[in-house]
Amino acid sequence: MTEQQIHDAVREFLQTRIIFDTTRAIASDESFLASGILDSTGVLELIAFLEDTYGIHFQDDELVAANFDSLGRVASFVARKVNAPEVH
Amino acid sequence: MTIDTGHEIDRICRVICGQVRTTLRKQGAVVAVSGGIDSSVCAALCARALGKGHVLALALPERHSSAAAGTLAQELCAGLGIELLTVPIEGVLEEAGCYRSQADAMQQAFPAYRTGDPFKIVLPSLLTGDRLNVPRVTWLPPGGTEQTARIPRGAYLQLVAATNFKQRTRTMTAYFHADRLNRAVCGTPNRLEYDQGFFVKGGDGLSDFAPIAHLYKSQVYALGAALGLPQSILQRRPTTDTFPLEQTQEEFYFSAPYHIMDACLAGVNRGQTSAQVAASTGLTPDQIARIFTDIEAKRRATQHLHLRALTVEPIDPIEGRTRQAITGSRR
Repeated sequence: MTEQQIHDAVREFLQTRIIFDTTRAIASDESFLASGILDSTGVLELIAFLEDTYGIHFQDDELVAANFDSLGRVASFVARKVNAPEVH
Repeated sequence: MTIDTGHEIDRICRVICGQVRTTLRKQGAVVAVSGGIDSSVCAALCARALGKGHVLALALPERHSSAAAGTLAQELCAGLGIELLTVPIEGVLEEAGCYRSQADAMQQAFPAYRTGDPFKIVLPSLLTGDRLNVPRVTWLPPGGTEQTARIPRGAYLQLVAATNFKQRTRTMTAYFHADRLNRAVCGTPNRLEYDQGFFVKGGDGLSDFAPIAHLYKSQVYALGAALGLPQSILQRRPTTDTFPLEQTQEEFYFSAPYHIMDACLAGVNRGQTSAQVAASTGLTPDQIARIFTDIEAKRRATQHLHLRALTVEPIDPIEGRTRQAITGSRR
């Protein structure tokens, strides 16, 4: 799973399930919170989508703007979690 | 933030008189009182504006209400000399499925949760980092210690929806008494709550007039002191009195203490920078900037709560007359 694939999947999710506008461009570094793309319910939707789609679980201390406040940040963070070697 | 309380009380009372008697053509007011500062100030203002005999206070307790709320309501109304009617709403909520739906939702976060166990919804503080506003639930198991966990999206929405039954049932009850007495229902939101959408549409967000919606929470406390409200109410920490575990408004919605939120909201309204507000609050510009962002986010997210039902086109002459009543009553 590449970071670009995650980037594209999250963008499509936001366009079709959150803002209901597939023509709305979302820049990679556009702040979800400052631009209003995500409200608190939208954040819950995004977290559920990512956990369900990629089979990952976010710890409480990972739920910070540094990991979730833009397409680029989400893609990068999720890619690291998805591709991290399993700890045995 | 400082106001001339005497002048403001007189001004609000004049407006209440005009709105209730002239615009609404009602013979008094009904106020649901919780023992908190906002509803207490509203009851006191209505009594002063309309006369003690023209104000009915309603205490509307349910299963999760604190015992203190009823005691404070009695103390308030005895001091003001207004009638207090206590109407328990637990039976209505039980039949509507409120408590059952709450328990179902809690069990999705804590499978061992049992109906009646204390719980609450909490949000992370905006002051301690850049945590996302992801709600969590806290559960106190019998004989155990508090546990906190994230709650699935669907369960969270169900928990909030079920809880909103409480505010809507209170408003339904208030309107029953307002209708039978030909009185108007007084809304009790302060400016922070009104601006940030901290109310339930069709619940505490529904009323005929809202006499303190323009006042910051700190100003409401100042009015309360000037109106001579009991110290027990003036010194009470703001709570939601909504969940069985004690919960502050800060934990549930605002994510920062009210005096900080007041300063930040006023700062945003005046076009101040985060550095300017930081200097007056003792917080860092980064902390204030996070609150500024949250204020704008909540405004966007709750904008629909302020809207009336959307129609396909303006329906005249109703729309024009409504606008006239609103603008006229603000003069």
